[in-house]
Amino acid sequence: MTFFKLSVSALATVAVSTSGVFARDNVHSAGSSTVKPYAEIVAEAFGENFDFPTPVVEGGGSGGGRKKLCEGVGENTIDVANSSSRIKQSDIDTCAANGVTEIMEVRIGYDGIVFASDINGPQFAFTPADWFNALAAEVLKDGTLVANPNKSWSDVNPVFPAQDIIAYIPGTKHGTREVFDVKVIEAGCKDAGAEEAFKAAGKDDGCMTLRTDGASVDIDGDYTETLSRIDANRNAIGVFGLSFYQNNTDKLNVATMSGIVPSTETIASGKYPVSRPLYFYVKNAHLGVIPGLQEYIDFFVSDDMAGPNGPLAAYGLVSDPELAATQAMVAAGTPMAPLN
Amino acid sequence: MTNDAKATFTSIKNPDARTKKRNAAEKRFRAYGLLAVAVSVVALLFLLSSIWTKGSGAFYQTYLTVSVTMSAEKLDPKGNRDPDEMKKVTTIGYSKLIAQNLIDQLAANGIDTSNVSDKNIAKLLSSESAATLRNQVLADPKLVGQTQIFTFLASGRIDGYFKGRVTMESAALDNNISPAQLVIADEMKNIGILSIKFNWKFLSAPDASELRPEAAGLGVAILGSAYMMLVVLGLALPLGVAASIYLEEFATKNRWTDVIEVNVSNLAAVPSIVFGILGLAIFINIGGLPQSASIVGGLVLTLMTLPTVIISTRASLQAVPPSIRDGALAVGASKMQSVFHHVLPLAMPGIMTGTIIGVARALGETAPLLLIGMVAFVRDFPASPPSGFFDPATALPVQVYQWTQRADPAFTERASGAIIVLLGFLLVLNSVAIFLRSRFERRW
Repeated sequence: MTFFKLSVSALATVAVSTSGVFARDNVHSAGSSTVKPYAEIVAEAFGENFDFPTPVVEGGGSGGGRKKLCEGVGENTIDVANSSSRIKQSDIDTCAANGVTEIMEVRIGYDGIVFASDINGPQFAFTPADWFNALAAEVLKDGTLVANPNKSWSDVNPVFPAQDIIAYIPGTKHGTREVFDVKVIEAGCKDAGAEEAFKAAGKDDGCMTLRTDGASVDIDGDYTETLSRIDANRNAIGVFGLSFYQNNTDKLNVATMSGIVPSTETIASGKYPVSRPLYFYVKNAHLGVIPGLQEYIDFFVSDDMAGPNGPLAAYGLVSDPELAATQAMVAAGTPMAPLN
Repeated sequence: MTNDAKATFTSIKNPDARTKKRNAAEKRFRAYGLLAVAVSVVALLFLLSSIWTKGSGAFYQTYLTVSVTMSAEKLDPKGNRDPDEMKKVTTIGYSKLIAQNLIDQLAANGIDTSNVSDKNIAKLLSSESAATLRNQVLADPKLVGQTQIFTFLASGRIDGYFKGRVTMESAALDNNISPAQLVIADEMKNIGILSIKFNWKFLSAPDASELRPEAAGLGVAILGSAYMMLVVLGLALPLGVAASIYLEEFATKNRWTDVIEVNVSNLAAVPSIVFGILGLAIFINIGGLPQSASIVGGLVLTLMTLPTVIISTRASLQAVPPSIRDGALAVGASKMQSVFHHVLPLAMPGIMTGTIIGVARALGETAPLLLIGMVAFVRDFPASPPSGFFDPATALPVQVYQWTQRADPAFTERASGAIIVLLGFLLVLNSVAIFLRSRFERRW
């Protein structure tokens, strides 16, 4: 009997003390693993300098984060989705169906994508056309489309060393792959003049079809995996984010693209061709409900954080020249216009 | 005795062909067994030594001793020592103050810093140091105006230099550190500003962002894992034991109990990610429990551990001889008395062993936590229970997973260090299980 009484009162105490804990007092964001380190840096500084708890930053990929954002409104759903690619109409439709009608789109800056090989290997100066000719399934040879015969980089371009073609590129689930496909392979396809040939042959996705004979290897893991693969195979060339490269400059030799060395300056000025904007999406219905959400997003885009001299730029973010406009938009809480 | 008979005469000392064959087969089998053991021992040694060489560095850390003059005009511009006013000075202001003090201190000690910019001297310190100082000053505004000696973390690259991860050659290629900065670090070590100490913070501090790997610790992860294990123990043990006692001692054997038995064994083999999907659907989407909270993680791991507990409990109940039950019933005990006074105490060592092994398995799980939001960057410590069960937290294996994804090479060392800590906890749990078994188990 006493045991019974004890356990009932213990349960009651737990119930009383936990009622009300469902009111979440920390900002919760999820999404892109590219944006995650930046969000962590901001969250850390936010927790230190404000009276609000440190925001929780979850991974899960750009698409995963947007899906979570669109699950609905309420404290057991996330407030912010980090994304390395722009939101899709299908996401917006899912959101609307679940009652998430107002979303704010915040561009935090740009991220460069670099091509790098082992530090002791030769220096490469690529053009998009070189990459297309190295990795496409079919290339243009003497005016006709043939299965890619190129075995070494010197086959692609005589100025390159005779080094076997092995490229570690991001897997299709990565946002980085989309940029690689569009800005390198597709652009290279055009430059090499193969696009016309593919159209004439009726192969609409001929440009984007990569060879499957082992020269191009999809990496579904992180850049750390690509780095350790290059460590094991020193002839290989890997695709990395600029921030990852900047943290590992003692191990990697970066290649130029169209004659431009990738850096925050060349990407900000638009000279380096392979870059993409990074975003986060805010659920406006949570503004004013989740304590600290407005302060967190204001702080994220402030000059102290996302500015050219802030810690995000120090880590590798290319600062957005239009940051002031973004700051005003975030302060006003303007929801995004329909996608065009 | 003819010659023929002599040839076929056999003994232990003179075995015939068949016996020789059998003996050879036995020898071979022993060799195979020995080889199998050797292979696993070598694999284990390789794993442990690789983790140890990579991870042992996480347990000590490089510190700088800086005497800081907390000037009032910088930290309290209004001069009223009101913490709310002083909060307006951010960590950026504090880091400038600390850097200036370090530069002055180097100059006073006669260290030549002419070929390193002031900004790069500031980079010798961890950016965590500004936060440390700010918290101390805000907690005790009387510090403003005083000069005190503080011990700050050195930056990750400097720390890496003294651990052999960064060399003069690699620094020449590294954007984040230069050989000139390493020369200053060497001189600081000579005059005693720089020291290497045991890193308690690795076990107590929370995770840190990529800009300060030197400050990252396992505090939140250890606490989160502990909370989850409390939930698992508190739920899986009573539920599992009650279910098995009922099934084993009270339930009549019929088709339903068979169905339940098959399903329990089946559940024990279900991949753990399935429990994560279940947890997301039931506890978060329907139950409305918060994301990333250790209560949800605990509940999911309870579901995962429950079959293990039930199976081991039933096995140890079955191992108690029927004569014990019969004896108790014969002297007039009720069925319940016979179970609780006689059978259960005898089965207890087996139950505890099974539970501890189940908990050890739950401690190492990451997959189910992925879906319920516990694979996240969490820097705030959860509150004390019970409300702390509802606060965001991570877990030990999750921290390993997260650190292996980070760009800064210093996190490789942290990840291996975290594996050592996790292995330590598992070793303790399994030793307790073995101790309980050997100390209390009775055989009939």
